[in-house]
Parts: sequence; structure tokens; C-alpha cells
Amino acid sequence: MVQEDAYSKTVCSHLEDCPGLALILRYCRCFTLHKEWYSPHFVGGSLQCSGVSPAYCRTVGGRRRAMIQMVLDINGGDRAVVADPEMPLLWVLRDLLGLTGTKYGCGIGRCGACTVHVDGDAMRSCQIQVSNAVGKRLTTIEGIGKGGLSPVQSAWIAEQVPQCGYCQPGQIMSATALLLKKPNATDTDIDDAMAGNLCRCATYSRVRKAIHRAAEEMKR
Amino acid sequence: MTVLTDRQRDEGGRISRRAFMASALAAGGALVIGITVRGRLHINYAKQSADDPFSTWIHIHQDGRTEVVLNKSEMGQGVYTSLPMILAEEAELDWNRVSVVQSDDSQGTGGSGSVYHSYEPLRRAGAVVREAMIAAAGRRWQVATADCFAKNSRVFQRTSGQSLSYGELVTDARMHPLPQIKDVRLKEKKDFTLIGRHVPHLDIPAKVKGEARYGIDVRVPGMLFAVVAQCPMLSGKLLSVDDSKARIVAGVVDVFRIPSDRSGAEVAVVGDTTWAAIQGRKALELKWQAGAYRNESTASLTAKFVRALDGKEYWNWSNTTLNPDQVPAATRVESIYQCPFVAHTTLEPMNTTVLLRSGKCEVWAPTQSGGDTREGIAKALGIPQKDVIVHVTFMGGGFGRRFGGDFDTQAAHVAKRMMRPIQLVWTREDDFVHDEFRPAFMHRLRAGLDKQGNIVAWSDRLVDTTIIGQDDPKQAQLFEMPGAVDMPYPSQHIRVSYTPVDSGVVRGVWRGVPIAMNVFAVESFIDELAHAAGEDPYLYRRRLFTIAARETAGRVPVKRSGADWPQPDPMRMIKVLDVASQKAGWGTHLKPNHGRGISCYRSVDSYLAQVAEVTVDNGAIKVTRLITAVDCGQVVNMNGLTAQIEGGVLFGLSAALKEKITVKDGAIEQVNFNQYDPLRMHEAPQLETYIVESDHRPGGMGEPPVALPAPSVANAIYSATGKRLRRQPFSVTNEETV
Repeated sequence: MVQEDAYSKTVCSHLEDCPGLALILRYCRCFTLHKEWYSPHFVGGSLQCSGVSPAYCRTVGGRRRAMIQMVLDINGGDRAVVADPEMPLLWVLRDLLGLTGTKYGCGIGRCGACTVHVDGDAMRSCQIQVSNAVGKRLTTIEGIGKGGLSPVQSAWIAEQVPQCGYCQPGQIMSATALLLKKPNATDTDIDDAMAGNLCRCATYSRVRKAIHRAAEEMKR
Repeated sequence: MTVLTDRQRDEGGRISRRAFMASALAAGGALVIGITVRGRLHINYAKQSADDPFSTWIHIHQDGRTEVVLNKSEMGQGVYTSLPMILAEEAELDWNRVSVVQSDDSQGTGGSGSVYHSYEPLRRAGAVVREAMIAAAGRRWQVATADCFAKNSRVFQRTSGQSLSYGELVTDARMHPLPQIKDVRLKEKKDFTLIGRHVPHLDIPAKVKGEARYGIDVRVPGMLFAVVAQCPMLSGKLLSVDDSKARIVAGVVDVFRIPSDRSGAEVAVVGDTTWAAIQGRKALELKWQAGAYRNESTASLTAKFVRALDGKEYWNWSNTTLNPDQVPAATRVESIYQCPFVAHTTLEPMNTTVLLRSGKCEVWAPTQSGGDTREGIAKALGIPQKDVIVHVTFMGGGFGRRFGGDFDTQAAHVAKRMMRPIQLVWTREDDFVHDEFRPAFMHRLRAGLDKQGNIVAWSDRLVDTTIIGQDDPKQAQLFEMPGAVDMPYPSQHIRVSYTPVDSGVVRGVWRGVPIAMNVFAVESFIDELAHAAGEDPYLYRRRLFTIAARETAGRVPVKRSGADWPQPDPMRMIKVLDVASQKAGWGTHLKPNHGRGISCYRSVDSYLAQVAEVTVDNGAIKVTRLITAVDCGQVVNMNGLTAQIEGGVLFGLSAALKEKITVKDGAIEQVNFNQYDPLRMHEAPQLETYIVESDHRPGGMGEPPVALPAPSVANAIYSATGKRLRRQPFSVTNEETV
């Protein structure tokens, strides 16, 4: 077993010339000091380091890695998490933040159940490392209606779309992103935008009707 | 969320008497048995008296709130709404004020049986409540009950117009003997205000908001997450594991062996997040010893199938003493049809959450049978069933996969070691490799026609990797044969026989079970016979059903399958055939490369016919329209019914066009959706669904629609190309013959 305290130490400093950069300093088994820069994703300044925190410094697959505290902009508010920076956003949402509306379906970006909005684009959260989500505007199914129901959600109810419902948060997120970009989405646009969202209950015809209905509603 | 403390719970997971009294008082005297977990109220159906619907089915509170109990599992088929509708209809409840309560340890949900089997019992239970309320009002007003009627959770007196709410009457109603359940008067169809309507599903708002809680969404304070490394081969044993690298993965809490019936042992990795557990499992160094099925492959299985076509019969049914293959006939037709293994791929992978503490076990499970899950977990833990309570959650698809077994047991073993709440999650890869697949099969159909095209002889040899028939051939009648043995077309000499094929692939029930396979063979073959007879496939079927109607009229039915459905009515089949073909414009002109195909079927006393329209361009099959006509007896919820037809039809189409599990070197080859890609939105055809008005008892509709698309599409492809596709998934360019 690893004795964490013997060789784990994580420190962090923000450099003056680039406030967005964070430097992670770590000691490994041989007590050599390693430096690792996390830069591209910290722009925007919302990354914060957890400071010296041996408990959060473990080894992954034989490679030393730090747990980092990050602040995510989710559904219009800041949420702090301490996580392996490579953990997929999906599991951060579900297991660390309790936002279980975003679903796990395949883990390889092929089913669409985990679809969220990243700066308004529909993305598969199982394919996004959480560190890459820092500084981005994230929206999940819980935040799409801003306390009530979004036009797409209302259309989903009006057309009685869900059966088991498990894929529907992902379907709704994909449909919402489509209509924000293409308010006059055609059936071909719908096919293109929704091809990545599997529905095993095969509610596809009602999904299509609901998207058209939501488009009409959103124009009013 | 509240987790029960031991003090709150007595044996069997029921709320303690003291807590029960408190909750009954707090609820204003209503009979409420339950506990608050996930903000929902639970009652244990199995422990209630079926004769007292006030405690079993409908909880009426003095303030008017009404809870209706669901003792089946909601997996997308709509019972969360349809079964409460049946109760509310007869009980005259105010539907807008009804909330649904999922019972713990709920009954097995499958076989398209929830409405079929519950319709009459639920109506009677509802009627008891209505009559008890009317009687209570009659006593209060000192008037005859004939002068009273109930509506919207109120009893009215006709002459005076005065009324009392159910909430005001419930205490009084419960103080007197209830009417006998067999004596209550049921409403007439013309008085229905809910049954038969298009009623919005009660679970949909939560599902579109992301608030509906599936098994995988259960969060219990202090919970950890677990994944299990399972034998990747069809058969094998765990030889060794080196977990040193797994143990130092960030977030991994523990790594240990758990017992496994299949592979001796498996390795559980517990983490503080699902991700950590998955990463830990990746870091395990595992050695497995391959077992008896190490060399099994799709090719070796196919060879076994072909041998079994002439192999020893395990079971047969016949209506003749002659061999149908030797009965004189003007024309003979023979064809072989085959299907591969197919996977369930419920979008929510298998999972179970278990808390074991002080010998008592609390389970949160997306299960099609809370009772079976309870039994399995009690057995795995070696504790009495009464010490296990199963909270049934919403589930992300069922399709026959969620009858428990492996994952329930794994979760129990992990919880036993950890002594804190754990959620066992199967990754998608686990879900594929360790699925219980729909059996692969082969049918060899032979028929003899007379000069008029009538079927004088029919023989069908079914060969499949049986579900349970291998140990007990009699069971084959129930699990493998329906759809084949109850072939609905008239013939004097029918013989259906069955031979199982051994395989290391684990098989199970898949939405429709036998019908999803057998109807493809029978309805494609009938199409072949129609063409051999030189008749139009729709009119040929219609003519044969007319003969069947004449022959079966007034005769005692011959029981062929193990199902308890009534004698088939060929006239109902003719009606749906007529509707489907008329709506589809059967017989109208088709452009080149376009084709139209028809099929029909009856199951769980529902009658269905379907016309498919396809185009075949450069080998690419595109299904453009599916027109389905259904007579399923009395409709309960038109909304849920059409959803089941639309979804079931596409579920069947997906398997027919795209789904195939293959085996190589004793292992399943497809492990995720990049290798096994079910039907997607852009591939879904236009769906048209027509419901035939009917007064018959409601038939089952969860599975029957799955059976039709394979034959209708194969028949349409034949019409478009002249190519007869006898193997699923369909390919115009790669059709081999056996």
C-alpha cells in the first residue's frame, strides 16, 4: 500500500505574469521534485488550487496525479469540486455534484445520454475532462428550465415523448442546442443533430414532433 | 432523502408499529403504511390483504389527497399511469388529485401481462372503494344508496344535490364491513371517463426535468461506488489477481474478491466515485482460465444449428398422425430462417444499491421483479427474506433484462464486505459482455400446397439456443414455441418440433421472447406460400383466415402453447389486416425499387397487422413507412398504447436491420455501441398506427408489436427486389444460404 504522507505533497502557485496559470509541484517516490503546468484550461481564472493536500494526491495507473479543486460554472452558479483533472465531467456532475439528471450510457460518446451544453454547444460529458470544462458555461438538464420548464421541455410533455425516459435529458439537451442555432430546423437538421442520441424505447417519432412543436413555441 | 434507522423498522422492513401509528395520525387517519424514502411513499404490496383495497390499493386521506399503489415496475411501458387509471375509473377518484406510490418488493413485470392480468382485479378493487364510499354517505344522510352516486372523489345525492368528499367519508367507510369484491358492480363502458382516453403519463414531467430517479441515480449518505471485474469469456475461472496498482488509484477505497457462481470468483473494486472504481478496475492485473466453451464461435454454432435441424427432437406438437412432409401436395416449399443472438442494451446499465446493516438489508433496485431481487439478495447474504426490503426505482429500459440475478448478488456481496451503502454499476462493456442474450435460432419450414393454394401440410423444426428448455423440454413449449406452435393458418397436417442447441452464451428473455423470433419465420414463409400459390400476400392471408374462421367456429380449441389466452378469433385478424392494407394503400402503384410487405400476428390476445414500405437502392435498405393496425381489446390509455406500438415496432425493426451479437474464441465480440448500433433517429421510418375499436378484454401490448417489422420488412424487400431475406439482420448484398 502506498503511504501517502511519505512522499505526497501538492503545492500550487499562481504566477504573476499569467494569473490563469497554475503550477503543480509534486514529489514522487524518489523524492524528486516534479513540476507540471496546467495552463490552457485555467484561462478565466476560475481554477483554484487545493493547496497542500496529501489526501488528494494519489497515483493513477502508476503515474502521479494531483486532485485539484476547480470551480465550474454550472447552471448559472459556481460549483467547487475537488477531482482528478482527468475525470470526465459526467462523473463529476453525477457523483460529486449530485446532478444525476445527466445520464451514463456508454462512456464512449456514442449514446448521447450524457449530453450537456458547453458554452451553448451540445457535448458528450463523458468525453470532456473536467479540467477542460473550467471557465466554460455549463448547462445540464437541471438548469435548462431556469426553475420552470423550457419550451423544449414543455413540448416534450405536450407530445408525451418519454417512455423509460433515461435518454431524454440527453435528447432534450441536443434538441435545445439545435433550436438555439437553427430556430427553423428542418427534418434533415433534426436527423443530423439527433443522430448521436440513442433511444432504446425508440421514441423517435415523438421526439421529432416535439422538436417541431418547440420550434413553433420559441418563435412566438 | 431519509434512510431508515433500525429503530424505525421492524422485521421485514415494514415500518414499526409506533412509527406506523404516528404516520397514520399525521396523515389524518388515512390508512397509510409506508416509509418515506426518496420523498415517495412506499407500501409493501405483498404484505397487504388483497380483499381490502383501502390498505392495498387506494389510500384516501381526510384532506382529500389520494395515493394509488403501483405494484408493478415502470420501465417505460406506462403502467405508472395505466394501472392507476383502472383503479381511479372504478373508484371514481378525482384524477387530478391522485398521486402514485410505488410499492416495495413489487410483483414480476413482464410478458405483456400487467394490464392483461390486472384489469379485472383492479377494477373490482376500485369498485369496492366506490361502493364503500357511497354506503358511508347513505348512512350519513340516512338515504338509500340508490339515490347516491360518486364522481371526482365525492359522493352526491341525486335528489338533494348535497355532497360529501371521500376525505370526509373515509373514516366512516372504514368502520363498516366492505362489500365483497366478487359482488361489486363494475361500470359500463359508456360511463368511462378515464379508460380508453389519451391520458398524459404521470411520470413524464419528472422525466423531462431530469428529476426522475433511476436505480443508478440513487444517492444514499455515505455511499460508495463499485464495479466488478467479471470473466470476459463465456466460461472460465479466476486464476489470479494482482491488485497492487488498483489500490493506489485515486479514489479507490477497497479491492476484494467476491464469490461467483459462473467463474468461481470475481473482483470488486470500490471507489468514492464510479469513475474511481472504473479506473481501479482498469489497473487490475487479472488472469482467467478459459473453460469448456473456449473455442465457441458464431461459425461453430451455425454448424451445430444445421446438424440439429435433423437431430433428435426434444419436443413436438402435431394435429396429425401423418408426417406432413409426406402428405401429397401439388407444390412444396421449404425455407430456412435464422437470427443471431441479440442484446438488450437497456440505456441504463445494470446497477443495484444495497445497504446492509445489523443483519437487515435495504435495496434500491431498477428491477422488473422486486420480489425476485429480494429473494436473490436474501439467498446471497444468507439472511431471511423478511430482513430484505427492495425499493423499486424507475428503470432506464427493461426489455426482460432486469429480472435480477448476477448484478443483484454482486451488489449484496460488496455491501456485506463494506458495511456501508454501495452502488454497484455495470459499465456499458459489462452490460454487453454479461447480457442474457435473446437466443440465436434457425427454423426450417416446409409446406405442401394443393392446387388451390391451400396449406395441406406444414412442418416446422425450430432449433435454438434454448432459454430454459434444455433442462426441461416441456418448458420449451412456453418459452420457445409461441409464435410457431400456434401458427394461425389452417392446415390438416401440422407438425412443430424443437431441438435445443448447446452454447456457452448466456441467454434470457428479450422483449417478446419467442414471438420476436418465430413470427419472422412464420410470416415470411406465409408470404413465400402466397407467391408460390400465385396470390396476393394480403388476400392470401385473408382467404386463409376466412377458412380458419369457418373451421374453428363452435369447436373446442386445441391448446398448443402454454399461454392462457382465449381461443384465437380469425375474424379479428381479418379486420386488422383490412385496416392496415387499406390505410397503406395496398395494391396501388409502386415506383421501381420500392416494395410493400404485410404481416400479421396475435399474441396475449392482441391482434396486429402491419404493412411496411421500403426502398432498396444500391443494396441500401431504407424502411420509409410502417402502418400498423391493432385490435387489443378495450384500450386503457390511448397515449400509452400508441407509445408502446411505436416503440415496440421500432425495437423489432432495430433488431431486424442492425443488431447482431457474434462469438469468437469463446467470447462475445461486441462490447459497446460502436460495435453494436441500435436504430437511430434518422433511420426511423414514418409510423402510422390505427386502433380498431373493440370491447374485448384488454390484451397485452408491451411485446406483440416487436414481432411484426422483421417479416413485414423482409416481405417488402422481396416485393422491391425479388430477393427473399431469411436471415437477420437483413442485408441485400450479403445473403448466404445455409
